[in-house]
Amino acid sequence: MRQIDREHRTPRSSRDGDCAVGGVAPPAILVSKVTKAFGQQFALRGVDLAVAEGDFLALFGPNGAGKTTLMRIMSSLGRPTGGSVEILGEPLEKAATSLRRHIGLISHSPLLYGDLTPDENLRFFARMYDLPEPEVRIANLLDQVGLGGRRGDPVRTFSRGMIQRLAIARAILHDPAIMLLDEPYTGLDLQAAEMLCGYLRGLATSGRTVVLTTHNLEQGLEMCSRIAILERGRIAWQGRRAEVDLVSMRDIYREATSRPAANRDAGRGRGQRDAQISSS
Amino acid sequence: MNYARKVFAIVWKDIVAELRTKEMFSAMFVFAVLTVVIFNFAFDLRVSGERVRQVAPGALWVAFAFSGVLGLNRAFVLERDRGCLEGLLLAPVDHTAIYFGKMLSTLIFMLAVETFMLPVFTAFFGVSLFDGRLVLVALLGTLGFAGVGTVLSAMTAQTRAREVLLPILLLPVAAPVLIAAVKATAGILDGLPIDELRLWLTLLVGFDVLFPAVAFMTFDYVVKE
Amino acid sequence: MKKNDCLPLLLTVSSSLLILLGLYLALAGAPDANLKSETGRLAQRIIYFHIATAWVGFLAFFVTFVAGAVYLRTQRRQWDIAALASAEIGTVFMLGVLVSGSIWARPAWGVWWVWDERLTISLVQFLIYVGYLMLRGSVEDPARRARFAAVYGVVAFVSVPVNFVAIRLWRTQHPLVFGVDGGGLSPNMMFAFFFCLIAFSLWYVTLMWHRIRLERLRDQVDELKLRLV
Repeated sequence: MRQIDREHRTPRSSRDGDCAVGGVAPPAILVSKVTKAFGQQFALRGVDLAVAEGDFLALFGPNGAGKTTLMRIMSSLGRPTGGSVEILGEPLEKAATSLRRHIGLISHSPLLYGDLTPDENLRFFARMYDLPEPEVRIANLLDQVGLGGRRGDPVRTFSRGMIQRLAIARAILHDPAIMLLDEPYTGLDLQAAEMLCGYLRGLATSGRTVVLTTHNLEQGLEMCSRIAILERGRIAWQGRRAEVDLVSMRDIYREATSRPAANRDAGRGRGQRDAQISSS
Repeated sequence: MNYARKVFAIVWKDIVAELRTKEMFSAMFVFAVLTVVIFNFAFDLRVSGERVRQVAPGALWVAFAFSGVLGLNRAFVLERDRGCLEGLLLAPVDHTAIYFGKMLSTLIFMLAVETFMLPVFTAFFGVSLFDGRLVLVALLGTLGFAGVGTVLSAMTAQTRAREVLLPILLLPVAAPVLIAAVKATAGILDGLPIDELRLWLTLLVGFDVLFPAVAFMTFDYVVKE
Repeated sequence: MKKNDCLPLLLTVSSSLLILLGLYLALAGAPDANLKSETGRLAQRIIYFHIATAWVGFLAFFVTFVAGAVYLRTQRRQWDIAALASAEIGTVFMLGVLVSGSIWARPAWGVWWVWDERLTISLVQFLIYVGYLMLRGSVEDPARRARFAAVYGVVAFVSVPVNFVAIRLWRTQHPLVFGVDGGGLSPNMMFAFFFCLIAFSLWYVTLMWHRIRLERLRDQVDELKLRLV
């Protein structure tokens, strides 16, 4: 713990002036000074991030920036080494068991049981999430993802695309208020990608809070309302979607991720680089 | 209660999955039979007749222990391989529910194997194992084994050495269970009155209460990153 | 700097002196035991080391247990270091118990090993130590390694008294013909006995100090390596 204090000065808070309208409600996700160390290596070095309810945040960043680590911490799968996370105004550390009801995560693993059928898989998760009368919802979801015809076959007989579609169904089964998607387009076939796109559009208009990480600037920009760039464990840039377009975004991204570490630290002073709000 | 319902949901899921493939059960059962066969070879060469009956309880419980390790391993290695453990960790339930669910399903599988082993054992060793009191001993012993084995298996499934490490960690810790179970089984086979076995049964019950309690307190540290 | 070096130097020198003194007491100073054979009498002298080593071996695991439990609570590396150091030292001491038990048994009773309750529980403890170290060696991420080791430390520590009870019950039902027991100790023998107990305890503390320091230096080196990258 002492090492961490030595390394980090207090970063400027990112909350000021960037919340959504109606700032009385607590942000859906509030990440404060979160650090995460694996041994002596820091994957996250002091992340400050506030996602208001209804925001659709696109989180960009190169490989190794810490996106997956951050998503895992926000979804309660990982514990930060330092700092804290609040979900819907409550500390995640204390109230994780009840807060998880409102969090959905789509990540690299499908989180499905190969020996069970889609029906059994979804019914199991429905029970784990205390969903009332799940039968109808499960039937609808399976039809929506185009697996209605294969309800009775074990998942291990499915093709990759089918598994991904079922994984999406599993993740949205409990209709969470907060949806976290960690590079969800990775390895999707065309049909699944289209489906995901349609689902995300629905999310964007539904008032749910969404955080999407992706490499693909274009894809991310399509539906988001806010943008952040994570680089080497820190937020290098934050801004509103309305302030940028694809071209300027490319420039900003290139600038934020290509400067060598030495220059960056020298030019801006350690600990003050976070939470730069762009102004046009 | 919600918690109990979710524990049973996990147990149910494991049973349904296992019924579909029967992989784990067959592996455990075949392994137990093989262990008994090897024991028979080993002892029959030097020990015969009445003396065989004396080694029977030990052989029985060694077979149960080894096949139990197999079952415990599969309980978590499968979840780990497909990333499913995270699906369970994301659910809005205390992580200890995963412990109890996994422990109960492993217990059920082990008991199933032991039930099928009885006639096999009776045939090979020439001792009748169809005694009601043996059921009690088997239940208590298996419960103790699964109780402490589940939390250790959750750990070893995440290590580099994986399956190999579980018996190394488990057997010294579960030794009291084996000692008590073998003594109790031997006592029953020898026709001792239940009073003389009280000692060993108490030890088993104590173990069965103590270790799930310890596991309950430490399980979260094993699964949470 | 100088003040810091004083304490460990003092520790190391004094514990070495005490061990040497203890050696003398054990081999020559203490009176002969009331046994029939010459070799038996000589072999009995190992009791002073044997029991002191066992005491440290079990104490070390208690320390590992406590340090691990505190680590789970606080997540501070220093407790994990203490748990590791104590486990390593305890393993060696436990091995010493097994070996000294053998050395005693052979000339005294003609066998290399006896399954008496104390030696058996020492063997179980040794196996637990080995498992603990193997577990540590099998996990790459340091935070996870510390957590797992701490959990096993807790679970295994709880099992040691249970194991002892089980083994004791077993042994009372089938008592051995001879026991690895020194019999009664005369007051002079008691002095040597307690002296060795204290000497070994101090030696344990010294070893802990050195081992913890070594591990801390290792951490610093790792950190420096990363800074250079």
